[in-house]
Amino acid sequence: MLEQTLRILRNELWKAFYETAVMMGISFALSLVLGLLLGFALYLTETGAFFKNRALNSIASGIVNFIRSIPFIILVVFTLPLTFYLVGTKIGPVAASVPMTIAATVFLARLVEGGLKEVDDGVIEAALATGARSLLIVRKVLLREAAPSIARAVTVVFINLIGCSAMAGMVGGGGIGNLAVQYGYYRYETGVMVFTIVVLVVIVQISQHLGDYVASKFTH
Amino acid sequence: MSEIIKFDNVEVEFTRGSERFTAVGGVSLSIEKGEFFGIVGASGAGKSTLVRTINLLQRPTSGRVLVDGRDVTALKGRELSALRLKIGMIFQHFNLIRNATVFDNVAFALEASSTPRAQIAPRVVDLLRLVGLEDKIRLYPGSLSGGQKQRVAIARALANKPEILLCDEATSALDPDNTAEVVEALKRIKESYPITVVFITHQEQVARSLFDRIAVMDKGRVVEVGYAYDIFAHPKSQPARDLVARAADYELPREVLEREKDLFLLTFKEEHAYDAVISEVARRFGTDLSIIAGKIDYIRHKPLGVLLVSLRTVSERKRQEVLAYIRERACITEYKGASNA
Repeated sequence: MLEQTLRILRNELWKAFYETAVMMGISFALSLVLGLLLGFALYLTETGAFFKNRALNSIASGIVNFIRSIPFIILVVFTLPLTFYLVGTKIGPVAASVPMTIAATVFLARLVEGGLKEVDDGVIEAALATGARSLLIVRKVLLREAAPSIARAVTVVFINLIGCSAMAGMVGGGGIGNLAVQYGYYRYETGVMVFTIVVLVVIVQISQHLGDYVASKFTH
Repeated sequence: MSEIIKFDNVEVEFTRGSERFTAVGGVSLSIEKGEFFGIVGASGAGKSTLVRTINLLQRPTSGRVLVDGRDVTALKGRELSALRLKIGMIFQHFNLIRNATVFDNVAFALEASSTPRAQIAPRVVDLLRLVGLEDKIRLYPGSLSGGQKQRVAIARALANKPEILLCDEATSALDPDNTAEVVEALKRIKESYPITVVFITHQEQVARSLFDRIAVMDKGRVVEVGYAYDIFAHPKSQPARDLVARAADYELPREVLEREKDLFLLTFKEEHAYDAVISEVARRFGTDLSIIAGKIDYIRHKPLGVLLVSLRTVSERKRQEVLAYIRERACITEYKGASNA
């Protein structure tokens, strides 16, 4: 049995790792940028001191809520036409990273917005009183004061993405999660399943520690 | 002197749900260039709201605010930024950027005015030297005392050489030592730098040691304006009297209050502050005036004497004579105990 497990892992593990890395790499990098931008947009269009725009804010907020209400596995199916349009295929890790990016972007945006809302109003008021323009306040006050909570938000989203990658894997993305399902679930290879669980636990633990460390570095 | 700030019938209303609430109701007031102007009053009197209309952190519902003769109430964008660069502000809770060093906090204000990068560092050092904190430049606000934080905030507020400094309860969150530290820093700056300071406080001690003129606010209105000395010597409105009475809060033991029925608070102004009125009364009327408590305060270097005396064993006719005599030389009010003096 152990021999069987090792044989499967030897044949499949590196490919699975590679696929997961591609899915995670693309979707994490893109959602990091897009999620931060969207998060700031949600906050800035809602706040009177900056670029308050009720219409824009309602539209952005509505879209975020819409996407967040769709279970991820359904979102994968739902976005298939878009995926095909964007990357020219509906299967493989690159295709899987499309719905992953979308889901992670809106999730991160909400968390970033929440972090920004927690910045002390007094600090923003003091910054406004200096005569600073909005973009300077965004860069030097909001970003700095919200940095620890943004770091924690990014950690949560990254770990959430690992879960998404397993689900995306099932519908043709491949990856470590898929390995667990294909062998551990469908073929009763418990050894493979246990191994993948251990790998995922290690990745999550490391991510969380890294995230906490970065957050603490931003906190003074 | 010319006026630098003028409130012209300024009104600020807030709407909470369906309820309308008037925070500032029809205030007209002028503040002269170079003044140390105090706004005092109980919390909720509208002091902060009024002062926030000067740099438009609060837009007035109606009325005009003129800064240097120009109506600022409609300013937006770049023009509003330009106005705020001329007006520094410090706050009760300091409001420093927590995750930025002392240097970065002060530098922020200089970046706001697009100061060339090369000039920022030397200017920050100068400003921190002004408030005596040049050795804390690399620290974060979290490791500073309250007084030090407020001094960093002062350095930030002065970064762009403003003509006006607004102080919103700047010492109210500080203990007496830290308050003294901030008050000293402000005094020193005021002496070396031609700036108009508008200072909100409910602390009578701070008002006493800092202000040239005072506006007393109550329920959104200015009820009394005058020189600090006059307000402390002869408060006319009830809120002003309450403020001054807090200074005369001697916390007398209950037995003393019960024993002494005929208590009067005497306030001697300037030239009379050193007069020997008490011994004069004793000699002239052959009566006993017992001093229960007293002190001489100095308000902006002018003496203001306050005595709590008891008239003893005096016939009604003599009592009236004595009171009339004192009234010519001092302000006299009946004292009915600390809480309602």
